[in-house]
Parts: sequence; structure tokens; C-alpha cells
Amino acid sequence: MTSTVTERAGSAATPGSGSRRLTERVFRIRESGIIAVFLVFVGVTTAIHPEFLNQQNLQFLLVNTVVYALLALGETMVVISRNVDLSIGSVLGLSAYVSAGLFKPHPGIPIPVVFLVGLGIGLACGMANGLMVALGRVPSLVVTLATLYIIRGIDILIVGGNEVTAQTLPNSFANIPRANVLGVPYLAIAVAVVIGAGAYYLRSFRSGRELYAIGSNPEAARLAGIPTGRRIFTAFTVSGAIAGVAGVLWAAQYQTVDSTAGTGYELTVISAVVVGGVAIFGGSGSAVGAAVGALLLSSITSALNVLGISQLWLEAISGFLLLLAITLDRIISLRLQAALRRRSAGVGT
Amino acid sequence: MERDLTARLSAAARASLRWEAGLGLLVIAIIIFGAVTSPQFLTSVNFFNTGVSSGEIAIMALPMTLIIISGEIDLSVASILGMSSALLGYLWARHWPMLAIFVMVALLGIVAGLINGLLVTRVGLPSLAVTIGTLALYRGVALILLGPNTISNFPAGYTNIGINPLPGTQIPYNVAIFVVLAVIFGIVLHFTATGRSIYAMGASPEAALFAGIRVKRVKTMLYVISGLVCALAGVLWTFRLATAVQNNGLGLELDVVAIVLLGGVSIFGGKGTLAGVVLAVIAFAALQNALLLTNFNQEATGIVIGALLLVSVFAPNAAALLHGLPRWARGRPRRAAPSP
Repeated sequence: MTSTVTERAGSAATPGSGSRRLTERVFRIRESGIIAVFLVFVGVTTAIHPEFLNQQNLQFLLVNTVVYALLALGETMVVISRNVDLSIGSVLGLSAYVSAGLFKPHPGIPIPVVFLVGLGIGLACGMANGLMVALGRVPSLVVTLATLYIIRGIDILIVGGNEVTAQTLPNSFANIPRANVLGVPYLAIAVAVVIGAGAYYLRSFRSGRELYAIGSNPEAARLAGIPTGRRIFTAFTVSGAIAGVAGVLWAAQYQTVDSTAGTGYELTVISAVVVGGVAIFGGSGSAVGAAVGALLLSSITSALNVLGISQLWLEAISGFLLLLAITLDRIISLRLQAALRRRSAGVGT
Repeated sequence: MERDLTARLSAAARASLRWEAGLGLLVIAIIIFGAVTSPQFLTSVNFFNTGVSSGEIAIMALPMTLIIISGEIDLSVASILGMSSALLGYLWARHWPMLAIFVMVALLGIVAGLINGLLVTRVGLPSLAVTIGTLALYRGVALILLGPNTISNFPAGYTNIGINPLPGTQIPYNVAIFVVLAVIFGIVLHFTATGRSIYAMGASPEAALFAGIRVKRVKTMLYVISGLVCALAGVLWTFRLATAVQNNGLGLELDVVAIVLLGGVSIFGGKGTLAGVVLAVIAFAALQNALLLTNFNQEATGIVIGALLLVSVFAPNAAALLHGLPRWARGRPRRAAPSP
């Protein structure tokens, strides 16, 4: 796991640094592994049932994925730094209700303002998480488990017994997930761009690389002069902000928002992230992998539909897939370690 | 060096004692709050209701305590409860004799725990990821077994455990089972070599291994016991509500983890006592009940639970927090962080 920091840095391929080339090769396999699984899955499903790839189904699939894929981007940043954010489901729920609830008392409110409100709620929650984890140096699992409860509790108090209903939402808002160009939803394009930007940031920006360093070895990262507290704070803030925006999108998609919106999303998103090749203890993985993980999980739903298999199998299959993904990852990293040891033994003597 | 170590150990012991004393005070405060705000709070009927509705969560918190002290976690507990409940309903609907069903459910719990344990210890995977996977997998099995069906024609002799206390007392069956299990788990954790080894592997897995402790075997055993106990909780839950349905106990894993952490068990392992967890169970149940009786929106008790959880994690770190503040503020990035 520790060798992953060199994953991209070594792309200049200095000849002679054999271990770097090896790392790169394995990581290319690892990155492409999830994509290969996804392609095989789509291929097999399409071969059995060509409707799987029809436009309506694809559109449905993409819209269904965007919320998870967005959340997966934020969670990836947090997990790479050897932390975890369990509060995203609650943040999504709070943001969905408060932002979409604005339409009833203020019917003419501009949609960007609604998004800004969602973003603001998410930012506030994410910064609270980040401050506690970075300043207090307490385990993020406990902090975000606590904020999962607290934010959901605040949501429940605000919602009371009410709910946002579809009638109160303007068409322009409800149509956000449906607007498309040549059959591709604008929303999917926008989310793909955001994920691309996030992936680029993690891959190529110094502060992005530092998240990997922190996740590989927090103590070494600190000694190397990386402002670990700031970086972790940033990761949680981004994760919260994304969850806030995802809440607004969730409201636009489902149009009925009560106090249970987003319950349990945290574990699904972590599953997607881990299936996508992000190591749960940090230091390796990519945002693109996590997004493909989210895409794979939601295409299973859609494939079960098309193949006429009962949706009842969905949960078991996604759980099995997660176990398979982490087991394969473990085997690959063991092989890598063994190969590195052989190589260094050969070079050393 | 040695004195330093003993000093540190006794400091840790004092700190944990302080924590349990704090929890004890918290329980007393909640009881006073409940008694003052509602005349029903201190009645035997209310005692029964409070106990019966938290019994299974309390039972699942016991093996969770040992697992977290050993440095691992088990998020699949509520799914094992749901899966056991589903198997119970499935087999009952197929007219199996109850005794045979109990054997099958117990076996299912053991197998579920064994899968967790083997993946964590033999394959060497992080328990957080493994048990998020089995959380979905086991809940998925419950879904496959029952689908949208509800099985509720259990004989009254069994389902009465949700209505009647143990004969001659006011104690619900599930609370009685919790008390017995708590005593057993407490003895094993605090008064046996195995119990000490659980602390040792939580504090330092390598040191424990070099000291000759069979870390993998003990951890696997803990997961198996957790699976078995959660299966028992599943049976109790099913009979108490007289319903087997696929989403029984959905989401309880986080409540269980929250209780254990609130009880002063460190998420990093190696620290905590069973007495603390029992106090946390009482605090959790009493708080939920007191807020229910005062017409506070009961679902929002999460705010109080979450706040207590934060206190539990920040209290021991208060010194580090004060220390960390200036250092964090001083941290100079070499380049302004671009916001993505």
C-alpha cells in the first residue's frame, strides 16, 4: 500500500527504477480491473437482453448513478486520507429537505439559490466534521458516527411530520434529472465533469497527492512537512459540500422528501468506493475507480430488472461483490509485495 | 521505563474509572430527569417496556464490546439478526418443528460469524470493509428468503415473551438473557487469560502475537460468538414482535457501535470495560424512554446520543485537543490549497 504514492509520480519512467515500473503495471491492472468487470457485466447482460442498452434504460441508469457517483467522489477523498465519513447520508437528507422545502414558502425562488443553500448546509456539516477530526485528532469513524445521529436528529426536528411533495416543486426543478442532449442527461455530463476534475485534482495537484501520502503513513506525512490537519479538513469539507449538493439533486429526482431521505447511503457509498478499488485504510485508489464502482452497483440494479431476476437478489449480490473486490485487491497487493521483495533481493546482493 | 509503564497503566485505569463514574452519574441524571418530567417513568410497566424494547440491542452490544477491544469491528450484527429472523420465519412457514429451526438458526449465526472471522483473520482483510460487505450480503439473504412476505403465525407460547415478564418478576425475557450473558462476557473478559489476551491484541497485535497469543484463532472465535449471539437476538426479536420480515433490525448496527463507544471502549482497541458498556446500555435505554415520555420527538434522541458520543471521544483527548490547536493553526502549506 505504501508504494502507491509513486503511482503517477513515476510516470516519467526513469529507467532503472524497476520497482516503480512494477508498481505502475500492477496499478494499471488494478485500475482497469474494475472497468473490465463493468464492461464484461454490461456485455453479458446485453448479449442476453439487448434492451439493456436501449436509450431509456441507459438514461435511467445514468440518472440513478449520479447521486451515488458524486457522493463517492467526496468519500474517496476522505478514505484516501485514511479516514471515513459516515455522515453523508444524514447531510444529504438534511440538505434535500431544507433546500427543496424552500419552494413552498418562496415559489419563485431561483434554482441556483436552492443549490447554494444545499451547498451551504453541506459545507457547514463537512467543516464541522473536518474541524473535529483534524483539530481533535479523534477517530473519524466515531466523529462522523456521532454527526450521522446529530444531523439526522436535526433533520427530524426540522421536518416534524411534514414532507416536501412533488406538487410544491416547479417543473424546471423536477426536470433537472430529465433534461438531456442526444439522450445523455445534462446532469450525467455535469457530474462526469465534476468527477473528472476531482480525479485530476487527486492525481496531479500537490495537495491532492498529499492526501495519498497522509493515508499511506500519517506520521511520515506529518514529519515530511505536510499540513495533515488542513488536508484532512479539506477532504471532509469537500465530502460534506458534495453531500449537500447531492441532497438537492436527490430532491429533484425523487421529489418527495421526508425525514428518512438518504438513510443508509453512507454504507452503500463506501461499498461503491471500495468496490472501485480505493483501499479502506487509505493511500491508494482513484476517483474514477470509485465512480465506476458506483456505476457498477447501480447497473446491477438495472440489469436485474432487464433480466427479469427479482430485485431481491440485489443486496446479496452487491455485498458479495464488495467481498470479492477486497479479496482480489488483497491477493494482488500480496503478489506485489512478494514481487518487490524478490526484486530487491535480486538487486541487493 | 517500567515505572513509567505502570504509571501510564494506572493512569489509564483511573481514566476509565472516571469514565464509568461519569456514566453512572449520567444514568442517575437521566432517571431524575425522567422521574421529574413524567409520573409514568418510574412505574413497573414502563420499566418493562423500556427493557423489552432495548433487549436485543443490549445483547448484541456484548460481543461487539469484545470485538472492538480486540481491535476489530463487526458492522454485520443487525444483518445477522435480520437473516436469522428471516430463516426462522421461512422454516416455520414450511412447518419445521421449532427445535430443528432453533438448531438451523444457531448454525446460520455460527456460519455467518465464521465467514466474517475467516475473511478478517485468514485472508487478512480490514474488518470494517469485510463487515460492510457481509452487512449487505446477510441482509440480502434475508431478502431472498422472505421477499416481501411477513410471517406472523408463531405460537403464542413463544410470542408472549414480548408481552409477559419472567414469571414472578417484572423482568422481560430478553433483559434476563442480557443479564446472564453480560455476567458471562464480563467474567471472560476481565477474569480469564483469554480476556486479557483480547486486550493485548487490541493494544498491539504484533506484541500479542510474539507473546504467543493465538490472535487469529481468538478473533475468529469472537466473530463466531458474535454471529451466534446475534442469531439469538434475531430469534428474540422475531418472537417479541411476533413477526419475521426481511428488514427486522435494519440499521441497528450503528446503535450497537454507538453504545459500545459510549461505554468508554476505544475504537482503536485495547481499552474499555464491560461495566462501562452495561452502563451505556442503561443510559441509552433510559434516555430514549425519558424523551419518549416527555413528548420530545423520539427519533431526534439521535441528537443526544450523538452529542454523548462526541463527549466520549473528546473527553480523553481534551489535553491533545488544546495541544493540537496552535500546531494546526501554525501549519503552513507550501502552496495555497486549490479548492476542487
